[in-house]
Amino acid sequence: MTKSKEWPLWEVFIRGQHGMSHRHVGSLHAVDAEHAIKNARDVYTRRNEGVSIWVVEAENISASSPSDKGPLYEPARDKVYRHPTFYDLPEEAGNM
Amino acid sequence: MYAQMVKSTGKGVQALEDMSPQDRAFQERIDRGEKIEPKDWMPDAYRKNLIRQIGQHAHSEIVGQLPEGNWITRAPTLERKANLLAKVQDEAGHGLYLYCAAETLGVSRDELFEMLHCGKMKYSSIFNYPTLTWADMGAVGWLVDGAAIMNQVPLQRTSYGPYARAMVRICKEESFHQRQGYHIMIKMAKEGTADQKRMAQDAFNRFWYPALMMFGPSDKDSVHSAQSMAWKIKMNTNDELRQKFVDETVPQAKFLSLTVPDERLMFNEETGHYDYSEPDWNEFMDVISGNGPCNTDRLEARKKAWREGSWVREGMMAHADKKAQCKIAAE
Repeated sequence: MTKSKEWPLWEVFIRGQHGMSHRHVGSLHAVDAEHAIKNARDVYTRRNEGVSIWVVEAENISASSPSDKGPLYEPARDKVYRHPTFYDLPEEAGNM
Repeated sequence: MYAQMVKSTGKGVQALEDMSPQDRAFQERIDRGEKIEPKDWMPDAYRKNLIRQIGQHAHSEIVGQLPEGNWITRAPTLERKANLLAKVQDEAGHGLYLYCAAETLGVSRDELFEMLHCGKMKYSSIFNYPTLTWADMGAVGWLVDGAAIMNQVPLQRTSYGPYARAMVRICKEESFHQRQGYHIMIKMAKEGTADQKRMAQDAFNRFWYPALMMFGPSDKDSVHSAQSMAWKIKMNTNDELRQKFVDETVPQAKFLSLTVPDERLMFNEETGHYDYSEPDWNEFMDVISGNGPCNTDRLEARKKAWREGSWVREGMMAHADKKAQCKIAAE
């Protein structure tokens, strides 16, 4: 078997019908961006799942490392005052 | 099931207190219901097992296109042809979702194909049976996809994130597959001519036991289950799922006025389940080790597609490289 160069991996993002952000749906192999969009259309929108497709080559994505979970997300944990329910208001004030 | 007899690399399940601190922390994450993601630390054996299982599952989707592809050009109506085309296209899509999930574990797509082609990786035994008449399209959709759904629904909660997400997509799409199969059976077995009824019964007779085999060996012979269940990459035992399948399928067969090809089949008032005969496990072992009626054809079809597609794969890559070079030169 001849060893040929494998098509690069692309990550696929799709925006659904209702004005939400593009959402990651999966990945696929394609030779370039145009090809990746064509393949994404076949693989990820067979049932009207989307109105717009983004593709990005997987090697161009930078990701946070799992070992950074602590320093990145711990500090938010004790800041409950960022949530509206932290503030008790009297009923007389009405809906807020 | 779509991944029957996945050999485990672990040496049985260790007790938490016997594990290394790293292994123990990992097992506790799984016990808490956390998802494991591609970059997270995982034991080698977990990674290897998952590659085998997801790879086998993916190969089954791809090889599974062949028995049904056999009937696309001979479907009895344009509508049935469109339905079957859509179903077979879905199977290709499901294979692709699963290959991508396997690749997040560090194996490449080409490596997965090579392992299929050289026989190092398996696919479900069910696809080594021939599809002889149009009624087989009904039986396959109803029974084979029905059995697949039974296994895949719980796998939506499996511990490995990319696998679980692929399963969610697949389950959403799979229900149409089973329904279109049952629809074919209704037309033939309930509303059809005497010949069509006979064909429906014949298809049912041939696919009943192979469908039961899809769940894998009996629990008492299933040596690889315990570790996979501890890791939550297998959610139910083979016999649990098989029983569930029998309980759901028997009333569906009755509705079609079809006879289950099992003289021992009987509802057990005590257990609330149907008692049934086990499939012939020698036949199962034979089919899975390469000697089923269609093993050679199926594998040869895949190898031929790979071989004859190589100039397309290489040509497209070369063209894209050239375009990229021209773009750099122009800038």
